[in-house]
Amino acid sequence: MAVLRAEGITKSFNGQKIIEQISLELKEGELVSLLGVSGGGKTTLFNVIAGLSLPDEGKVFLDDMDITGKPGQVSYMLQKDLLLPYRTIEDNVVLPLLIKGMKKKDARQKVSGYFGRFGLEGAQKQYPSQLSGGMKQRAALLRTYLFSRRVALLDEPFSALDMLTKSAVHDWYLQVMEQIHLSTLFVTHDIDEAILLSDRICLLTGKPGHITKEIRIEEPRPRKKDFSLSEQFLEYKRQILSHLEGR
Amino acid sequence: MTRKSPNITNKLWSCSALLGILLLWQAITGAGIVDAFLLPSPLQVGKAFFAEFPALMEHSAITLSEAFIGLGLGILLGFFMAVLMDRFDILYQAFYPLVILTQTVPAVAVAPLLVLWFGYEMTPKVILIVITTFFPITVGLLTGFKSADPDSVSLLRAMGAGQGQIFFYIKLPGAMNQFFSGLRISASYAVVGAVISEWLGGFGGLGVYMTRVKKAFSFDKMFAVIFLISFISLLLMNGVEILQRLCMPWNRESGNE
Repeated sequence: MAVLRAEGITKSFNGQKIIEQISLELKEGELVSLLGVSGGGKTTLFNVIAGLSLPDEGKVFLDDMDITGKPGQVSYMLQKDLLLPYRTIEDNVVLPLLIKGMKKKDARQKVSGYFGRFGLEGAQKQYPSQLSGGMKQRAALLRTYLFSRRVALLDEPFSALDMLTKSAVHDWYLQVMEQIHLSTLFVTHDIDEAILLSDRICLLTGKPGHITKEIRIEEPRPRKKDFSLSEQFLEYKRQILSHLEGR
Repeated sequence: MTRKSPNITNKLWSCSALLGILLLWQAITGAGIVDAFLLPSPLQVGKAFFAEFPALMEHSAITLSEAFIGLGLGILLGFFMAVLMDRFDILYQAFYPLVILTQTVPAVAVAPLLVLWFGYEMTPKVILIVITTFFPITVGLLTGFKSADPDSVSLLRAMGAGQGQIFFYIKLPGAMNQFFSGLRISASYAVVGAVISEWLGGFGGLGVYMTRVKKAFSFDKMFAVIFLISFISLLLMNGVEILQRLCMPWNRESGNE
């Protein structure tokens, strides 16, 4: 059953259509990437799914419940970690629970078990400015996960990281996803990243943006490190590039 | 750690400059270039300060209590105005120009009016201090509230946060830096405001003391009380800095301002 479903989303700004008739579906534990050029309407779609803006047409469902235009159901994570500089990592991470009305003490207790799994052991009492970029993104991901344990929207979450850190975070993310059964909708303009992480890739092209192609990555999980160097990987990349350039 | 040594040398320079000026002053008055009765030497000022110490402390207590009450009320007023003007744009449009206008009216000009209306007791003094101190607080907080990162606000909204939660988790803590910059200015305004309003009438306080020694042409005592007032202002500003460091531990831990 689909955890998250978007049906026929159309959204325009100032009379100009940004995205048109976008439908997609996210199954339990699945990672679906939305790949397209910058400014192609990926973020617009995200804001609609997160409930921050109302679509002109279409609906969003979470577990068959209509959540169109209702914030507070699905959380997201951006390239900017958006950790509040004046709160410790622990207090940043519990923020979604506090917003839901949980007491600070209970919330802290509840999250205490997750720091190890997210590679943040010992960082609980530190402030964001004391952590590396990779650790900050992991903390932001933990915050996202604590908000909605089933679906995470990630908008180019790793694009500000340097290449080596990024690769380490990819490995780690695949592992952790496996353990916590998170379903992820992933926006990126990095083709390699999309192939490496996704079960399916939706290509968003044109103006207004449509989903014009869907590619299934058949490589089983857990994926090996050298998948990105294999012939199959290159074949997927060729396929995607030719589609994007063919437009 | 590396920041410590330039800090000490900085202080060394400013302290020696101050000492140099005092020495020059002492030399000029000691050599009789200026009449001692017009410009007392630093040593005479020091002597007057210690001779008058009990009286000065008594008057300081009065001035300080006025300053603290006024500053406290000023902070409260400044805070509420900032919160309301941030929350309701109409209030901002309507009252922000008026708030600026209150600052163009010189305190010295309003003080006599306040004395006529409210008498020689504490009330007119506290009112004057409130008028002078709320402004830096309001402007500081408003700037801070308005500079909240829109992406952070969106994220909290996506998590289902209401206006109040966004205020407490993002806007208020984010405005702390500007608030304390404002408070530092307000703290020094509070002392000056208290002294000015005491000049125009009252039964005690450093301003009253000042007018008394002025009438007696005791220049040495005049200088003693002037130095005391600036010392108190400095002390208050330092106090604000310490308070800021206690309230904003994240600045300290990360080592940047």
